[in-house]
Amino acid sequence: MTAPGVDGALREARPVPERRLHPVTPLRRAWAPVAVLIGWAVHDPDQAQRQLTRLTTTTLLIALAVLVPAAALYGFLTWWYTHFAVTDSELRIRTGLVFRRTAHIRLERIQAIDVTQPLLARVAGVAKLKLDVVGADKKDELAFLGAEEARALRAELLARAAGFAPETAHEVGEAPSRELLRVPPRVLAVSLVLTGATWGSLAAALVVPTVLWLVTQSAWTVLATAVPLVGAAGAASVGRFVTEYDWTVGESPDGLRLDHGLLDRAHETVPPGRVQTVRLVEPLLWRRRGWVRVELDVAGSSNSVLLPVAPREIAESVVARVLPGVTVPPREALARPPRRAGRCVPLWWRGHGLAVTDTVFAARSGLLSRSLALVPHAKVQSVRLTQGPWERRWDVADVHVDTGAGKTVSARLRDAGEAAELLRTQAERSRTGRRDARPDRWMA
Amino acid sequence: METGSPKDTGITRDARAGDEPVWTALPPGLLRMRRLLLVVWLGLLTAGLGVLLGWLAGPGWAAFAALPLALMVWGWVMLGRNWRSWRYAERADDLLISRGVLWREETVVPYGRMQLVEVTSGPVERHFGLASVQLHTAAAATDATIPGLDPAEAERLRDRLTELGEARSAGL
Repeated sequence: MTAPGVDGALREARPVPERRLHPVTPLRRAWAPVAVLIGWAVHDPDQAQRQLTRLTTTTLLIALAVLVPAAALYGFLTWWYTHFAVTDSELRIRTGLVFRRTAHIRLERIQAIDVTQPLLARVAGVAKLKLDVVGADKKDELAFLGAEEARALRAELLARAAGFAPETAHEVGEAPSRELLRVPPRVLAVSLVLTGATWGSLAAALVVPTVLWLVTQSAWTVLATAVPLVGAAGAASVGRFVTEYDWTVGESPDGLRLDHGLLDRAHETVPPGRVQTVRLVEPLLWRRRGWVRVELDVAGSSNSVLLPVAPREIAESVVARVLPGVTVPPREALARPPRRAGRCVPLWWRGHGLAVTDTVFAARSGLLSRSLALVPHAKVQSVRLTQGPWERRWDVADVHVDTGAGKTVSARLRDAGEAAELLRTQAERSRTGRRDARPDRWMA
Repeated sequence: METGSPKDTGITRDARAGDEPVWTALPPGLLRMRRLLLVVWLGLLTAGLGVLLGWLAGPGWAAFAALPLALMVWGWVMLGRNWRSWRYAERADDLLISRGVLWREETVVPYGRMQLVEVTSGPVERHFGLASVQLHTAAAATDATIPGLDPAEAERLRDRLTELGEARSAGL
C-alpha cells in the first residue's frame, strides 16, 4: 500500500483481493518477438533478405529455440506480475516486470467499457476488457480474462460506477439487455454492394496499378502502389463486412448494447446522454430501398457506428433512444438554401438543408451521398457564423455548431439575415437546452 | 472607441440576450504594434533590396525596391481595417466575438460551456503592454481569442468570464 496514515490503515483493515489475468495470457506474449521480427522483415524487405541469406538453417533453429522459450518466460513473468483489483472507488492495475506501473482508474471517470474477443481469444474462450476513461488518450485494457469473468467484471465496474453499494455490486450482474434489432448478413452484403466507396476503392485498386505498369514497366512501383490500394479496397468491402457482420443492437438500462463481428466479436455500450452528434448517412443507391447508416460521436470514445444499415423508420427509433426526446426531422422539414446559393456552390447547394426543432439542430449536406447530422441543443459548445467575400456578394452565410467530440456541424449557404438570426437563437437555445437536459446518469 | 453600436455611450453590462449587444472595440495598442512591426520589417526589406539591387544591377533596378513599399502601404490600410473589424460583446449569458473584413466570422460562446480562460502575452506583446484572452470549450473547433487587450482589461475579462462560467457551468 502506497498511501500511509489513516487511509492506509483503513485499507489494511479490509484488504482488497487482488486478481490475476487468465492463464492463457502468456501465450499471447510468447509470440511477440517473432511478430517483431516479421514486422521488421515486412517493413524493410531488402535488408531482411540480406540478413537471412547469411543465416543457415541450424542457426535459425537455435535462435528460435532460444527466442521462443525466452519469450515464453517473459510472457509468464509479465502475467505473474500483473494484478488488478476493484476497490470501492477505483480499479487498480499493477503491472510491469522491469518498469513497474500502477494505474488507479477512478470508477466515476469511466465513460464506457467494451468487451472484445479477437478470433484466437474466442477459440480460447477469453476476452479483453477495454476501458474508456475521460482525459486519457490511450485505452487501458485488461487482456485477457475468461469470457464470463470479463462480462461479470464489466457489470461490476459499471454497477459500482453507477453508485450501487459495493457489497451488492458484484451481485447486480450485467444489466439485462433486450434485443432491438439484428442486421441480417444478406442486407449488409447488399448494402455494401450498393455503396459507391466499395466500388471506388476496388476500381482504384485495379486501375491505378495497371496504368502505372503501362507507364513505368517497373514491378516494384506497381507493387508499392497496389498493396496499399488493394488493402484499402479489402478494408472497405470485406473488412467492413467482417466487422459489421451480425450487428445486434440491444437495449439495457446502462445504454445501447452493440454486438458485432464475424471473426472478432466486439461488445460495446453506448452510454446515453454522452452522444454529441448523430449522423444519418444515405448513399445514393440506398435511397430507393430507404436504408440509412447511423454514425455517432461520443466524447472520449472511438465507437462511431451505431447501425451499419437499417430501414429509415427503424434507424429513427434507435436514434430516439440514444438522443432521448429527439425526433429526426422528416425530409420535407429541411429548408433548402435560397436559389442564389447556387452561384457559390453549383449543383451541390441543393444537397444542403437545415431544420431546427425544439431539441436538435439538424443540417444535411451532400448531393449523392446525403448525410443528415443531428446535434442536440444541449451539446452545442459554441456557435459560429462565417461569410467569405463571394458569399457576401450573394448575401449568404454559413453557420457552424461545434460539439464536444471535436466535430463541427455546418448549415451552409443560409440567407445572411436568416443566418444572423440563427446564430442568435441557436446560442440562446443551446444555453437553455442544457437546463432541460436529463442528467448524465447511466442507471437511473 | 470609433466602432461599435451607437449605444456605446451608456454602457449597460447586463443587457438582455435578446437586445442589441453592447460591442467593445479593441484598444489602439494592437494596431500600433502591428503597424510598427509592418513598417520595421518591410522598411528593412525595402532598404536591403534597394541597396542590393542598386549595387548589383544598377540604379534603374533599384526602383523594384518600391514593391515592398507598396506592400507596406497596402498592409497599413489592411491592418487598420482588420483592427476595426474586431469587436466583442459580453452579454448576460454568452460572449460574442466578431472579426474579419473579407472573411467575416462571428463566434458565440455561452459562458456555461467555457472550460478554461487563458490570458497570454508574448514578449513583443508584453513590450507594447498587450495581452490576449483565449477561451477554450470542450470543442476544439471553438476559436475564440480576443487579441491586443490592455492587460488589466484582459484580467478583468478573465475573472468575469471564469466567474460567470462557474455560475452557469454545465458538463459536456
